Amino acid sequence: MIAEGRGRLLISAFVALLLTVLPLPPWLDVLRPAFLVLAVLYWSINAPRTGGIALGFFAGLALDVFQGPVLGEHALALTLVSYIAVREHQRIRSKPAIQQALIVFAALIVYEIVLFTIDGWTGRAVTTPLRWVHTLSGALIWPPAAAVLAYAAGRRS
Amino acid sequence: MAAFGTAAGRPLQARGGSAGFRFTLYAALAVVTMYLDQRAHYLEQVRYVLEAAAYPIQLAVNSPPAAWAWLKASFQARAALQAENAQLRARQRDLELLAMRYDALARDNGELRGLHAALPPVVDHWLAAEIVNIQLNSLRQKLLINRGAANGVFTAQAVLDDKGLIGQTTHIGPWSAEVILITDPEHAVPVRVERTGLRTIAVGAGDTTSLALPYLPGNADIRAGDLLVTSGLGGVFPEGYPVARVTEVHRDAVQPLAQVRAAPLAHIDSDSEVMLVWFRAGHPAAPVPNTLGGDLKSGNRDMQPQATAAAAGTATTPPATPSSTGQAAAPQPTPAPGGQE
Repeated sequence: MIAEGRGRLLISAFVALLLTVLPLPPWLDVLRPAFLVLAVLYWSINAPRTGGIALGFFAGLALDVFQGPVLGEHALALTLVSYIAVREHQRIRSKPAIQQALIVFAALIVYEIVLFTIDGWTGRAVTTPLRWVHTLSGALIWPPAAAVLAYAAGRRS
Repeated sequence: MAAFGTAAGRPLQARGGSAGFRFTLYAALAVVTMYLDQRAHYLEQVRYVLEAAAYPIQLAVNSPPAAWAWLKASFQARAALQAENAQLRARQRDLELLAMRYDALARDNGELRGLHAALPPVVDHWLAAEIVNIQLNSLRQKLLINRGAANGVFTAQAVLDDKGLIGQTTHIGPWSAEVILITDPEHAVPVRVERTGLRTIAVGAGDTTSLALPYLPGNADIRAGDLLVTSGLGGVFPEGYPVARVTEVHRDAVQPLAQVRAAPLAHIDSDSEVMLVWFRAGHPAAPVPNTLGGDLKSGNRDMQPQATAAAAGTATTPPATPSSTGQAAAPQPTPAPGGQE
C-alpha cells in the first residue's frame, strides 16, 4: 500500500517536473506556477511520511539540474518549504481549499525568498518583480491542482 | 532514491518523529552542495552525470514543439520552398562575390601589418548544433543544444549564428550543453563601438531583444545605429565579431552615466540552429585560452604578478609540502624535513 503510494508520488512529481521544464512562450513562462513545488507541498501535507523532506530535497535537486545556477539552491528552498508543510500538515490539511491556497501562497513566498537570497549571495541577483508572479498564480491554481493530485493519489475526500 | 529506500525499512513511528532532524540533515546537505558547486567547483563530474540524466527528459519535453515544426516543414508548399531556394541561391552569390575579394584583402592586410603571409582565418572549425530547449524569461536566458563533450565542446566556448554573437557554453553534458545567451542578465560581453573604437561592456537586459551598456559616461561618443563588435577582451570571443546595434541613447544632465540600449544582431528568438566555434590557438585575434581558467575571486594565475606567487611560496609551502610528501611517499633524506624531526 505504501509502495503503491510512493509510485504515485514519484509519477506525479515527475509529471510536475515535466510541466516545469516544458518550453513556453516568455509571457506564459512568467505566469507558470512552480508545479513541482505544489506537488511537493501536496504530498508533504497529505502524506508526510511517504514523501516529506526527502522528496523536497530530491525534487529541488532535479530543479537545480534543469534550471538552477547552483546545485543545491532549489534543494534548500524546497527542503525548508516541505519541512514547514510536514510540521504543520495536520493543521493545514483540515483547512478549506481557499485557506489552503493562502497558506500555499505564503509557502511559495518563503520558497522564492530563499531562492532570491541565494541568487544574491552567489552573485546572480535577479531583481525583476516578475519573479514573484508565480507565487500568486501558484496559489490560484492550488485548489484545482490539489484536486487533481488527490484524484491521482486515489484519495476520496 | 536511496533515501526513499532507507526510509521504507524503518518503522513508521521513527520516521514520523524526526522531521526536524531530517530537515537539518537535508538542509546541511544542500548548503554543502551549494558551497562545493559555487566556490570549489568540485561537482563538475556530478553535474556532468546529472546533465546526462536530464537530457532525455529535456528531449522529451521539447518533442511536441519539434514535431510541430517538423510537420509544418513537411507540409510546406512547394512554392514556398522554391522561393526560399531562390532566395538562398541569391544570397550565396552575394557571399561568393564578397569572398572573391577576401583572399586579396587578407593578403593586403598581411602586407600592411608587415607580415610575410596572410593570416589564416581565426576560425579553425565550427559545428552546427540544434537547439533542444529554450529557457527564455527575465531571470535566465539559456539554450540547451544537442552537442556536448562527445563532440569536443568545452566550457566557455563561443556560440554564434550567421548574424552575430549568441552566447557561450556554461555547463557541458556528454551529449548536450547549456548556452547562456548574451541577453541573460548574468552575462556581460566586452564590446567595442566600431565607429569610434570606444570599449565598454554590454550586459544582458533579460529579454531577447536588448542589451544594456551601463558603464558609458554621459559624454561618451555613441549614438543610435552604432555597431558594437566584440573587443577581444575577456578570453571567450575573438575580436571583431558583430554583437549588437545601438538602438537608443539617453543622456540626462543629472546622471553621470548615459543610458544606452542595443539590439542584438543574432536572431536569438527565431534560430533553430547555432554554431559552436573553435578558434585557431596561435592566431593574434584568437581569445587567450589562459584566461578561461580564471574566476572572479582569484583571477587568472598566469597573469598575476610573479611577486605574490614567490612570496606565497617562501612563506607557506616549504615547511608544509616537503614534510608531508616525505612522510607519505618514502623516507627520502632531503634537507628540509630535518628540522621537523
